[in-house]
Amino acid sequence: MRGNGDRREPAGLKARPGLFAVLKDAALLALLTFGLAFPLIAFNTHQDLTQGLILEPRWGLVATLCAIAFAARLVWGLAGGSIREGAAAAGGGITQLARATGITTDHIRWGGLLILLTYPFLAVAIAGPGGAQKWIDNYGIQILIYVMLGWGLNIVVGLAGLLDLGYVAFYAVGAYSTALLSTTFGFSFWLCLPLAGIFAALWGILLGFPVLRLRGDYLAIVTLAFGEIIRLVLINWVDVTGGAAGIPGIPRPTFFGIPFDATEDGFAAVFGLTFSPLHRLFFLFYLILALALLTNFVITRLRKLPIGRAWEALREDEIACRSLGIDSVTTKLTAFAIGAMVGGFAGAFFAARMSFISPESFVFMESATILAIVVLGGMGSQLGVAIAAVAMTGGAEVLRELGFLKAIFGAHFDPEQYRLLVFGLAMVVMMVWRPRGLISRRAPSIHLREKRGIAADLVKEGHG
Amino acid sequence: MRTFEPLLTVENLSMRFGGLVAVRDLSFAVGCGQITALIGPNGAGKTTVFNCITGFYKPTSGRIALIKRADDVAAALAEATDRPRRYLRKGGQEVYLLERMGDSEITRRAKVARTFQNIRLFQGMTVLENLIVAQHNALNLASGYSLLGLIGAKSFRAAEKRAVDLASYWLDKIGLIHRADDPAGALPYGDQRRLEIVRAMCTEPVLLCLDEPAAGLNPRESAELKALIRSIREETGTSVLLIEHDMSVVMEVSDHVIVLDHGVKISDGTPAQVRDCPKVIAAYLGVEDEEVVEAEAELGQ
Repeated sequence: MRGNGDRREPAGLKARPGLFAVLKDAALLALLTFGLAFPLIAFNTHQDLTQGLILEPRWGLVATLCAIAFAARLVWGLAGGSIREGAAAAGGGITQLARATGITTDHIRWGGLLILLTYPFLAVAIAGPGGAQKWIDNYGIQILIYVMLGWGLNIVVGLAGLLDLGYVAFYAVGAYSTALLSTTFGFSFWLCLPLAGIFAALWGILLGFPVLRLRGDYLAIVTLAFGEIIRLVLINWVDVTGGAAGIPGIPRPTFFGIPFDATEDGFAAVFGLTFSPLHRLFFLFYLILALALLTNFVITRLRKLPIGRAWEALREDEIACRSLGIDSVTTKLTAFAIGAMVGGFAGAFFAARMSFISPESFVFMESATILAIVVLGGMGSQLGVAIAAVAMTGGAEVLRELGFLKAIFGAHFDPEQYRLLVFGLAMVVMMVWRPRGLISRRAPSIHLREKRGIAADLVKEGHG
Repeated sequence: MRTFEPLLTVENLSMRFGGLVAVRDLSFAVGCGQITALIGPNGAGKTTVFNCITGFYKPTSGRIALIKRADDVAAALAEATDRPRRYLRKGGQEVYLLERMGDSEITRRAKVARTFQNIRLFQGMTVLENLIVAQHNALNLASGYSLLGLIGAKSFRAAEKRAVDLASYWLDKIGLIHRADDPAGALPYGDQRRLEIVRAMCTEPVLLCLDEPAAGLNPRESAELKALIRSIREETGTSVLLIEHDMSVVMEVSDHVIVLDHGVKISDGTPAQVRDCPKVIAAYLGVEDEEVVEAEAELGQ
């Protein structure tokens, strides 16, 4: 991995602040913390039996927070320089280690693929058959769905530079097409999958047409509205979609017609195995892995085809594109359609995996998470998006594992509620250290003699 | 005075923005295989004319026709205009009515390419990628609208190789072949100007429109630019229409000069004719109208 975006301040140029200045700075931060904590934390509100409002003062907690802020700022002010140097040295060390051992992004890519291919077996080997279910389902399958969604949105946002805040709509279209086709007409999953992709692509084009002329904030608002419209239609069109109650009983995917159940015709019986719910999880895992890898293959190829270059050129400069005879309408629509199609596939898989869907699963928060994955990964980078999906989705799941913290913070502590806090923290850290995402260098799609990455500051982010 | 075969004819072109008339009843022709310069003081409407020709503006009125092949120009133009279509292609005749076409269609079908006053390269893409993107339409067709390309068909790979060869040819020509894999945004200003010109050439145009190609260039870069424009015309036969303020470029390179002032044509002829035209001198030096009359009287016109 060449070149990191760290901005290092030259040592010795900036004079060390005096002790008084540091103390003053820390005191100011403590005051700011107090200002923030006072309205938010100082009073815990709840109702008593008579529905009356009870204010429970928590000055101790406020004082603790202020003290933590003061101490942290003090330490940063006194030792921040050395911490930063240490971090830079560690970063340099990693780069050097990578160079010395000859590890490149290619190794990360192939290593990651190897881990993915053996992941369910590793999970069983480490956690045992009972414990592995959670690791394959909540981590493996869930993360891969988001990897796929991230890659799909990456086409629209990362490559074509069109900011789409309503991507979850296509995920919903895919899921509901599968649910409705399979419960109404009895179509199998394998028939529903391509149909869901096609329907989602059509909706992508349908959204694409009205927003062709929009840019930036306006495009973002219209796509946001589109996502909400789809969700509201799903809630209110009760006759067809079942409304907020959702659609239950979606048939699960079968192994070429053999269901994963304990019956005579089940997978286990046919292959002479003892029945285990792990079989289905293994199958689902490899199914979504295959879908994700296919998506990756197609997108990587498309990037090197004229259409992919036209997307990136559109992100760089639309007027120049038009002056070179590139039809910006079809180029934008293909980006919307193919991005939506990937979302539709992921939705079809989601519906079949859960066997129950409701509008609850397609809220704006999902769009925001997928967009955050794309931005965090580095717009346009396939590997970066995959790493970001692991971090974002896996990170949220890891919070569930922190139940033992109840011993420290009391029985009411629910680590899951801090999901958004971690989300926000990740964003802030990224803005400071990696403003253009984890992998911000753009890899050129074609080269004459030598393939060299392009620094992020030259690459445009698109006009919306 | 027309002694050349016209490639592009602009007739009675007017462009109005609300109450402002940017171009008024303008007519001129660009000769086949010629280098034509469009000059005039700031705000004369030159770039507006360019934008009308390349389809970025829809003219308020007038006809802009690109005549690729026609036995009888006037008859072909009349026939093309009478038909509801945007172009006439039959019996070996090819006439395109540019005022009816959109920007990308003009480059794609009529083969008119342009550059911009403020350079518009794809800065985050490599120099080579810039030139490959310019060949998008040919390559997209070769890739079977991505289907053949997705399966890695040989025919597409061969087409891509040809595209790289064409790009290499032009990069060699402007001496940037060693920087083919560098991002376009990292090139020096003068190189970016020339890269934008060869990027337009990669669309294989019959008419190349250059909007102030010498702006911001130093004398050495300016000389290189003149050589490039001349060699484009000599080697590919492409006709060139250029807007320019640098008089040394205009006078040395062009065969034919058209002068605009306040949206109206004030002179049209060879560089020498235009240089001596009192109206042009008045427009550039800002002389009052009466003085022009006096000057004309003195010159015995």
